[in-house]
Amino acid sequence: MACIGARGLRKAFGTTIALDGVDLHVEEGRIVGLIGPNGAGKTTALNAIIGLTQYQGELKVLGRDPWTARDQLMRDVCFIADVAVLPRWIRVSQALDYVAGVHPRFDRAKAEGFLAKTSIRRASKVRELSKGMVAQLHLALVMAIDAKLLVLDEPTLGLDILYRKQFYDSLLNDYFDRSRTIVVTTHQVEEVQHVLTDLMFINRGCIVFDCSMEEFESRYLEVMVHPEHIDAARALKPIHERQGLGRSILLFDDVDRNQLAALGEVRTPSIADLFVAVMGNQAGQAQGAAR
Amino acid sequence: MSTQSNAMPESPVESQVIAPAVISATRRMYWSVRRELWENRSIYIAPLAVAALILFGFLISTIHLPDKMRAALALDPAKQHELIEQPYSFAALLIMGTTFIVAVFYCLDALHGERRDRSILFWKSLPVSDLTTVLSKASIPLVVLPLLTFAITVVTQWIMLLLSTVVLLMSGVSVATLWTHLPLFQMWLMLLYHLLAIHALWYAPIFGWLLLVSGWARRAAFLWAALPLLAIGVVEKIAFNTSHFAAMLGHRLSGGPEGVGFTAGSMSMDPLTQLTPGQFLISPGLWVGLAVTAAFLAVAVRLRRYQGPI
Repeated sequence: MACIGARGLRKAFGTTIALDGVDLHVEEGRIVGLIGPNGAGKTTALNAIIGLTQYQGELKVLGRDPWTARDQLMRDVCFIADVAVLPRWIRVSQALDYVAGVHPRFDRAKAEGFLAKTSIRRASKVRELSKGMVAQLHLALVMAIDAKLLVLDEPTLGLDILYRKQFYDSLLNDYFDRSRTIVVTTHQVEEVQHVLTDLMFINRGCIVFDCSMEEFESRYLEVMVHPEHIDAARALKPIHERQGLGRSILLFDDVDRNQLAALGEVRTPSIADLFVAVMGNQAGQAQGAAR
Repeated sequence: MSTQSNAMPESPVESQVIAPAVISATRRMYWSVRRELWENRSIYIAPLAVAALILFGFLISTIHLPDKMRAALALDPAKQHELIEQPYSFAALLIMGTTFIVAVFYCLDALHGERRDRSILFWKSLPVSDLTTVLSKASIPLVVLPLLTFAITVVTQWIMLLLSTVVLLMSGVSVATLWTHLPLFQMWLMLLYHLLAIHALWYAPIFGWLLLVSGWARRAAFLWAALPLLAIGVVEKIAFNTSHFAAMLGHRLSGGPEGVGFTAGSMSMDPLTQLTPGQFLISPGLWVGLAVTAAFLAVAVRLRRYQGPI
């Protein structure tokens, strides 16, 4: 059974269409990055998955309807919907007590173990912690929950690079195993590139790109083309072309690596570069369409 | 957990290994109420502070207590009774008034604060239903505060009596008059009845309404709670030149059938005869009020599901 299955997911806020028929399929054991520009519908899609927003269309998360069965779903699903949503008045010890009191799958010892690696004191109130420490605390609480699905919406927004790196490292090393599923949205795509197993781009309420990272690495190649080969390279129909360090950098979809190697240095593109290419092409196709 | 996890490949084994402890609804309720007490410490700090103030004032007043008692001995028994009892009733009234105000402000913030500080996104990530959350919040004015008021008042009055006794004994005045004219157990029984009948049951629709508004208003919850009621009264007055709505509100706030007897009659010689629980329990006002409360709370539960951070 799929962890998340959505068909024709729609959501409108007044006249603004946030989700315009999203089809989504996430298998168990994947780490999916949902990448999109601001206002593309990322947060709305995630909110529908975790039962925070109503939607039209079909959506099943771990076999349940998230809108009507949020509280049951939350035994198996965990989410960090935003940075710094922990209540500012709560003490670290109270947060541990409360989650242990209401969550059947919370392992308090595990959470204490994670906290021991940080400088967070048990008696501190959340308002006394720095933003990075609040994120660490939230992550410690969430990682101590034996959930099947973890949803992260911009979990590292506004944190400095050390905290961000640490966040994803502990997620990978201490939390993820093949039976869990993680869905993450972030603008810092370069930081999650090595973390993800699957990649999805969302734009204007639709999933516009969906592939696994293995597929991504084998299909997409970026070439720094020698100036003398530029015409030959362009003949191979690159999906995107940009200038960098005085050279043309062309992005190819499904072109033989050896063929490209003759034209210049070949490498795997970054997610950001592919994102720009896909979004650029989208914009080209939808010329004049209102954003 | 059982049906859908078994349908998944690999997970039956896992679900046997980690058999999650089942958390009962009562336990979730218990922690949710504790959570409210952590967040809103004014629930117990405010009445305790008032009790401390009362005791402080009373301690100063004990300077004149021996003289007062000697003077009281000359009066007739009914006057004696009134004079002796008065500070104790006043203390009870003051603590009760404080917790009522605390309850009103608590309710107005209960479902509003968590949306304002975005912490609703954290609470909703835990397996606690909106129903449990709203009920735990409603239990503060309906259960926790009345019982807390009772406990604090009992302790305060008991300390007052103890102080008086010590002072009188030291000054050589007989404590017999004080003890015979202070029917503390009777007073406590009346207080408990008043708190449960009026503050918990009769006032329930008021708290239900305040919770509903706090779950709905994006800002200025207090205004949203008060102005519509005022508007209804004004429109009724202008349109029909009647004031049934205002009369109904007044009846509700004054404490209904039982409240009049309690406040106006104060503490007469035999106050227990004033209690008419049978009459109260069959009064339609009580049951209509409770039905309205249930409706308000049901709307509040629904609102909490729809509302996100503001």
